[in-house]
Amino acid sequence: MNPAIRTPMLFGFVAVLMIGTGIVQGWNSALLILNMGLISAIMALGVNLQWGFAGLFNIGVMGFVALGGLAAVLISTPPTEGAWAAGGWNIVIGLLLGAATVVGAILAQSRMAAGRLRTLTTLGILVAGFFVYRAVFDPGVDAIEAINPSVSGNIGGLNLPVLLSWPVGGLLAAGAAWIIGKTALGLRSDYLAIATLGIAEIIIAVLKNEDWLSRGVKNVIGLDRPVPFEIELQQDPTFVQRAVGLGLDPVTASGIYTKLAYSALFVVVLLILLWMAQMALKSPWGRMMRAIRDNETAARAMGKDVTARHLQIFILGSAICGIAGAMMTTLDGQLTPGSYQPLRFTFLVWVMVIVGGSGNNFGAVLGGILIWWLWVQVEPMGLALMNLLSSGLEDGSALQTRMIDAAAHMRLLTMGLLMLIVLRFSPRGLIPER
Amino acid sequence: MDAINAFVVLANFVIVPGLAYGAQLALGALGVTLIYGILRFSNFAHGDTMAFGTAITIIGTNALIAAGITFGPLPTALIALPLGIAVTCLLLLGTDWAVYKFYRTKKAAPVILVIVSMGVMFIMNGVVRFIIGVGDINFADGERFVITARGFREATGLAEGLAIRTTQVITVVVALIAMALLFWFLNKTRTGKSMRAFSDNEDLALLSGINPDWVVKVTWMIVAALATTAGVLYGLDKSFKAFTYFQLLLPIFAAAIVGGLGSPLGAIAGGFVIAFSEVTVTYAWRRVVAYLVPEDMAPEGLLQLMSTDYKFAVSFAILIVVLLFKPTGLFKGKSV
Repeated sequence: MNPAIRTPMLFGFVAVLMIGTGIVQGWNSALLILNMGLISAIMALGVNLQWGFAGLFNIGVMGFVALGGLAAVLISTPPTEGAWAAGGWNIVIGLLLGAATVVGAILAQSRMAAGRLRTLTTLGILVAGFFVYRAVFDPGVDAIEAINPSVSGNIGGLNLPVLLSWPVGGLLAAGAAWIIGKTALGLRSDYLAIATLGIAEIIIAVLKNEDWLSRGVKNVIGLDRPVPFEIELQQDPTFVQRAVGLGLDPVTASGIYTKLAYSALFVVVLLILLWMAQMALKSPWGRMMRAIRDNETAARAMGKDVTARHLQIFILGSAICGIAGAMMTTLDGQLTPGSYQPLRFTFLVWVMVIVGGSGNNFGAVLGGILIWWLWVQVEPMGLALMNLLSSGLEDGSALQTRMIDAAAHMRLLTMGLLMLIVLRFSPRGLIPER
Repeated sequence: MDAINAFVVLANFVIVPGLAYGAQLALGALGVTLIYGILRFSNFAHGDTMAFGTAITIIGTNALIAAGITFGPLPTALIALPLGIAVTCLLLLGTDWAVYKFYRTKKAAPVILVIVSMGVMFIMNGVVRFIIGVGDINFADGERFVITARGFREATGLAEGLAIRTTQVITVVVALIAMALLFWFLNKTRTGKSMRAFSDNEDLALLSGINPDWVVKVTWMIVAALATTAGVLYGLDKSFKAFTYFQLLLPIFAAAIVGGLGSPLGAIAGGFVIAFSEVTVTYAWRRVVAYLVPEDMAPEGLLQLMSTDYKFAVSFAILIVVLLFKPTGLFKGKSV
């Protein structure tokens, strides 16, 4: 089918799905799905940039998303009183010393002549640096975590508007991507995959354990919001009046209003990023990227710096994932490091890109929204199916309970099946690359 | 005396657990490395294959216990292990037939196969949750300890105790048997030799009349046996939880890469390297040091280099170091 017809048709189909959900399950749940779908679409854009444009195999999406979430906390929460005085500088200096150690070791490796002396010097710098770092860093951590641990116990943030955290989340993710890219790019594709998988787990481990930073598994809740709170709207007489005028219950109306406000913000971000990605794809830079992807050796022979270009696009794609992560934490209003799971935040995004169409930005966006809708809806659908299948069985029988319990795990099965079917029968996805 | 006590503490908390964990990782890494050598892709579904095999074994174990059959002092799971291996074998052969074969005949790029294995991972993950749920399952029965800490103290008169759990001994023994069988198979049998030939040079192997379908089938069967054994041993030693097995993917891959992807010997070495580094870096050394230095110099802190939650970071750091300085791994593996 002509892509000029196919793309609008598929997007129209997703719109019908959303409207259908709104009619059947209520507009609040439809908007909830749409909002997460928009965020997923942004994550898919980021992965598509790396995989679709450049063929880089990044399975550490979760880590970049979590870094974005951390940005939301560090930007929007008020600073904890006395935390900076108690140990903030120790932590900053400690981290700087840690960084200096690594830089020193790298310098020793690159500047000194190869030999036993170089190895010993490098090891010496690393070991000494580690102990100095711990000696400066640890007291700071203890001091901060001791401050009112049941409410804060972390360093707090900068008390700036939460919207600012979206670009900052992108920057944080870009920084992490630079470090990973510098070490792991230029190795083979599988190695990059394992390296990103590892770094994602490490980022989550840091968020879970460094209480001074993100309160760890105690979670940061009640983050600032860019849109009004439902309760404020419900107490606002003009809003209530207008809701009643539209024939809506004020409680439902306030939920719909805030969610729509979020949707509007997300759509703006998505459109900007989509426009940029589209421009990049069409530009000479985009053509060069695809040339590198399709034949690295030939591109190198044409004088293209493959490693530098890979690093560039790896950073850009990860930054987009970071932005999406900050947006998600803003939407949730809380950072819960325990809830980051690779299946949900890395591999599901991959399903979105593959199903949507890798190499095509519209495909990634479509896949993001569509797959998220499916991910949410499969569970009730599975439950309905199991209820239907087991309706012939005796009520309360072991098999029946088992089948109904199993419905909760339908999601993973469906996603895997969908991914395999698309890969097999339509490997270029729903909206193929042009 | 103090030196002996220090050694006992070290053995109790570092050497024995490290050996058991290393054996489990080595078995897992062997599966990864075999698939890489013969089928030429990194199988991301390996952790979930291990979980599947273990889940079947647990079901078998429960059935055996319900029927009143146990293995005396040893865990009943060892009797159910062949069942787990057989069912996993069928699953992997079925997956290969339904999924991987298509891409192999098409000669798809390795990275496509990796993505396909991600889809398989999703499905297997779902299947495991279907059949056994998401909870923590402890299925080790029989004698808990070979040597208890108290028994050791009474027998030796030392201040420190050394506890060796049955599962740890079983892990090491079973792993050794499995490795010996594997190496005997690869080096002495006709099929094993053709597997190695296929791994070294596919075209040459095909030219000399090796049947690729048979080699691939045998590989999957061996991988099923290795993965199930690794999974059951890990589950006996710790406990079974679907999600933990998925997370094992990282240290297992680290082990396989550190050893050199495609090299069975390397996988074993890599498994122990990763296991011992994880254990030593996250162990609090205070008690060992306290025995070794004069009393007034005894350390105040825990002397723990990193908190246990950062064990991923350890496998990761070793992986990066090896990749940067010796990209083909300790034992020359393949580098595509």
